Amino acid sequence: MPQSEASQPLLRARGVRKVFPGTVALDGVDFSLRAGEVHALLGENGAGKSTLIKCLTGAYRRDDGDILLNGEIIDPKGTIDAQGYGIGTVYQEVNLLPNLTVAENLSLGHQPTRFGMISTRAMNARAREVLSQYGLDIDVGRSLSSYSVAVQQVIAIARAVTLSGKVLILDEPTASLDSHEVEMLFDVIRSLKQRGLGIVFISHFLDQIFTISDRITVLRNGRLVGTEATRDIDRVALVNMMLGRELEQEVRSHGKTHAGPGEARLAFTGFGRKGRIEPFDLTIQAGEVVGVAGLLGSGRTETAEVLFGVAAHDSGEARRGDGTVLRLTSPREAIAAGFGFCPEDRKTDGVIADLTVRENIALALQARIGWMRRIPDREQKAMANDYIRKLDIRTPDAEKPVGLLSGGNQQKVMLARWLVTNPSFLILDEPTRGIDVGAHAEIIRLIEELCAQGMSLLVISSELDELVAYSHRVLVVRDRRHVAELSGGEITTDNMVRAIAAPEKEAVA
Amino acid sequence: MKSSKAILGAGILASMLMMSSSVLAQTVGFSQIGSESGWRAAETTLTQQQAKERGIDLKFADAQQKQENQIKALKSFIAQGVDAILLAPVVATGWDSVLEEAKEAEIPVILLDRMVDSSDDLYLTAVGSDLVHEGSVAGKWLVDELAGKDCNVVELQGTTGSSPAIDRKKGFEEAIAGHANIKLIRSQTGDFTRTKGKEVMESFLKAEDGGKNICALYAHNDDMAVGAIQAIKEAGLKPGEDILVVSIDAVPDIFQAMAAGEANATVELTPNMAGPAFDALAAYMKDGTMPPKFIQTESKLYTQADDPQAVYEQKKDLGY
Amino acid sequence: MNGLVLFSRRIWPQLLTLAVIVGLISVMFPGFFDISIANGRLYGSPIDILNRGAPVALLAIGMTLVIATRGIDLSVGAVMAICGAVSAWGITEGYGLFPTLAMALSAGLACGLWNGVLVALLGIQPIVATLILMVAGRGIAQLITEGAILTFNHEGLIFFGSGSVWAIPTPVIIGVLTGAIVTLIVRRSALGMLIEAIGINLRASTLAGVNTRVLLIAVYMTSGFCAALAGIIAAADIRGADANNAGLWLELDAILAVVVGGTSLLGGRFSLIASLIGALIIQAVNTGILLSGFPPEFNLIIKAVIILIILVLQSPTMRTVLVFFSSDKAAGIDSEKQKETVAP
Repeated sequence: MPQSEASQPLLRARGVRKVFPGTVALDGVDFSLRAGEVHALLGENGAGKSTLIKCLTGAYRRDDGDILLNGEIIDPKGTIDAQGYGIGTVYQEVNLLPNLTVAENLSLGHQPTRFGMISTRAMNARAREVLSQYGLDIDVGRSLSSYSVAVQQVIAIARAVTLSGKVLILDEPTASLDSHEVEMLFDVIRSLKQRGLGIVFISHFLDQIFTISDRITVLRNGRLVGTEATRDIDRVALVNMMLGRELEQEVRSHGKTHAGPGEARLAFTGFGRKGRIEPFDLTIQAGEVVGVAGLLGSGRTETAEVLFGVAAHDSGEARRGDGTVLRLTSPREAIAAGFGFCPEDRKTDGVIADLTVRENIALALQARIGWMRRIPDREQKAMANDYIRKLDIRTPDAEKPVGLLSGGNQQKVMLARWLVTNPSFLILDEPTRGIDVGAHAEIIRLIEELCAQGMSLLVISSELDELVAYSHRVLVVRDRRHVAELSGGEITTDNMVRAIAAPEKEAVA
Repeated sequence: MKSSKAILGAGILASMLMMSSSVLAQTVGFSQIGSESGWRAAETTLTQQQAKERGIDLKFADAQQKQENQIKALKSFIAQGVDAILLAPVVATGWDSVLEEAKEAEIPVILLDRMVDSSDDLYLTAVGSDLVHEGSVAGKWLVDELAGKDCNVVELQGTTGSSPAIDRKKGFEEAIAGHANIKLIRSQTGDFTRTKGKEVMESFLKAEDGGKNICALYAHNDDMAVGAIQAIKEAGLKPGEDILVVSIDAVPDIFQAMAAGEANATVELTPNMAGPAFDALAAYMKDGTMPPKFIQTESKLYTQADDPQAVYEQKKDLGY
Repeated sequence: MNGLVLFSRRIWPQLLTLAVIVGLISVMFPGFFDISIANGRLYGSPIDILNRGAPVALLAIGMTLVIATRGIDLSVGAVMAICGAVSAWGITEGYGLFPTLAMALSAGLACGLWNGVLVALLGIQPIVATLILMVAGRGIAQLITEGAILTFNHEGLIFFGSGSVWAIPTPVIIGVLTGAIVTLIVRRSALGMLIEAIGINLRASTLAGVNTRVLLIAVYMTSGFCAALAGIIAAADIRGADANNAGLWLELDAILAVVVGGTSLLGGRFSLIASLIGALIIQAVNTGILLSGFPPEFNLIIKAVIILIILVLQSPTMRTVLVFFSSDKAAGIDSEKQKETVAP
């Protein structure tokens, strides 16, 4: 469509910037959406996808940049206001009222009235007419909750399109649909495209993105990586864009040859949990860093959670190097076995925001030795100050609530929390996400140090270069399965990207 | 609509059948509010006793403080075709339609202890005590007891805004009006409970010179008086002598206090509402005598002279 | 030393509020501070405040811990009724004082266990979970007392309501002792920090290895135990168990005491001392109203207005405003004064 290339975009974001305390969520991002196209927005967690959407719809106030609709600057004040401009959004969690009927949901706030009363007949007739455009022939008088998520999704889309009509933003609409339902949704999307709507499609399923989208924009760490026409790019190139190789710091060639088959510290066999991660075998040696690579939702976090007992495994067993069996059905048991776990989402799963740095650092150790034997204040302080110095945690003192620290320093507090328990096996899920460059390098240095001291680490990261830098082995996870294991010289970003991207053919190795 | 008519029809039919079978062995439905107080429990016990004495088959329904339960009970009584219904209504409003159903089924309804806001042709009669009268009996006792001596009275009111609190206060004030020797110096709510009665009395004692300034206590119910008596004792005074105690309800515990000389008088709110009700009903059934629309029960005064220990023994098993 | 400064900074608003209210009462009622000894027991309005405030203060101890875990315990009033009923029943059945007390306290612990299991194991929202016992509890108490006020004359049990030790009323002693013991346990062990961690972020605490389920259950059981103590006191006070009225609405006073004490209903940081002062503030308001001689129709309005003023003054917005208007010097003097008050 050469003419549409020339015509001005339907919706455009120019240099959008959004800063949250401690992080730059969007850093001068450009984005443009044409009429009649499906534009996929792609990126890992924290890349800035949803922040961008929220800036486009006015749900967030942006700190800088412009939004243009048909070439004119607009300034939507919120979701409703954005609807007025013609921009509708459908979220993963259907945002409708389950107890009302389908027709009521479709016309809520705009019900046809007769003599001041809502006319149910007119409302239902209109609802049937609207839905027939989407190939849905259902009883609009029944409550919304009596239909499947897919149908609800289409109804939500129908409502959004009716109210807005120019731009439709779909935020992970397929996350909870099966493949048949996805097809149905795609038919709807295609017909809307025919009608000239611009559609922003957010998903982390690469297959779907290649099936439905015309163009792809990739964000990473709040920056625009690039926008490509879907037909001009292949999976490997796309994964490369997402997980990236252009790095802020120099990539050290790792040269980490594994010291032969060292003593195995932990051995997991057939370990897994239904619906989270398929059973896998994993042996971890003393002083070894095992990297885990994979896309968002591929099963990498799930691997960590099953290992740490957050989601207890329902198959397989874990043994120590000496052959004794370990019980790992709760975090407490995992901690008792000498495990530690820094989760991906520091805010909700990691730090206790209102507690002080000292208390946060002491928490896991205190929980392990029990509530009765309180670690004396003096020891807690010494411990905290020790790690504030060792890890260079930027805080005025140990008594500052940890929630007031920046992301990178919070991450270091999390690390300190586990290091004081002197774990033999430490799991780090995205330890470098959302933190500034300096802290980033320090954490990598720390990982190497810990490993040199004989600690075993499992590190999940979407920064492939990072994995190359410190891993002795790398597991590649896709579709909730461990699909490849790279070691020694095989550990290169290219190999990882290929293993992550390969849709059918098995691991490259 | 249809189904209620059907129930009604069945009700009439059934009641006709019942009446034809026997006039004496009556069946009476009793919808009680619940058992929120000892007095209420005693009312239930006495109603059952009275029914037994008269050979009446009493169908008892406890509404657990809910009007909808009472309406349900009444509908089921009507459907069963009882000969009469006793109703102790939990609230005053909302009875019209179910009372009309009873009227259509020709089942007389007698209200116990509380009134309803419906037209008075929807029920046969109401049996109850006169709250204002109770207050004035208590007031009159105090006037007679003092015989002109100066006296500062403190008052423990019932729950603020409740009709017993308003009416018992009114009756007492009417009775002491015109007697310049009696002065009501403090009045505060004790919520009809022992705990609050005690707490409020404690503050009265502090506020009135350690109680030396108080000559009598009037409590809107016995429970508050029992609590206040303890407060008076703990303040080092003698209730019944240093401070006269008069209250209302005549529950067993106050008779114990009276026997111990710690309380002086109480006015009975009789739990025997059923006796007068059954009497009126019998007369009505026999020859159609219409009772008055309100039958006032006796508000009997008990003092230390009335052998309180004996009254206590007699009352203690009624379920108070 | 640093800890003491922090501590006094934490509770000075509550202490100031209490002082102002007591000051107001003594202006209106000059005999307020007259304290004498009657029947071997301290006697006077300030003693009344302590004595009458004891049940709510006890409830507030347990409630503070529950609220710190981001929960709430609506059942404490009903638990008071149950435990009062159990103690009256036990003593009238002739089980003797100590078995009776043991039964009543066990009943409180059992109620707390029930709440704790609903919240911690079944994951029911605290407000709903404890509502069940709040509604059903009075029914249970009524079953025990058989609908009547179950009276007793056992001097040993009555001692807990109207007795005294060294002229100090027993309820006051029980309240102070419980407050001191719980504070010591919570702050000398790691419980305080772990409870706060749970309240701030349950999931993160679980992931850090905190035994959140056990701690939650323990906290609700503590609340049940405190309610049992309050129930015994309330029953002993009137020498009878009044299933309908014992502890009625006191759960709300206890929650209010915690809030006035400055602990957030969103959980996290808590101060037991501040909650105890909060309970005294509420009781001081109640006693003040009774002493004032206003008609009872004004009771609730006066109480509501005073509480509203206290809460507005303590609100974060108001604090900012106050800080804005007061110079540093004035604030410094103020806190110096407070330190002196607290130090002994």
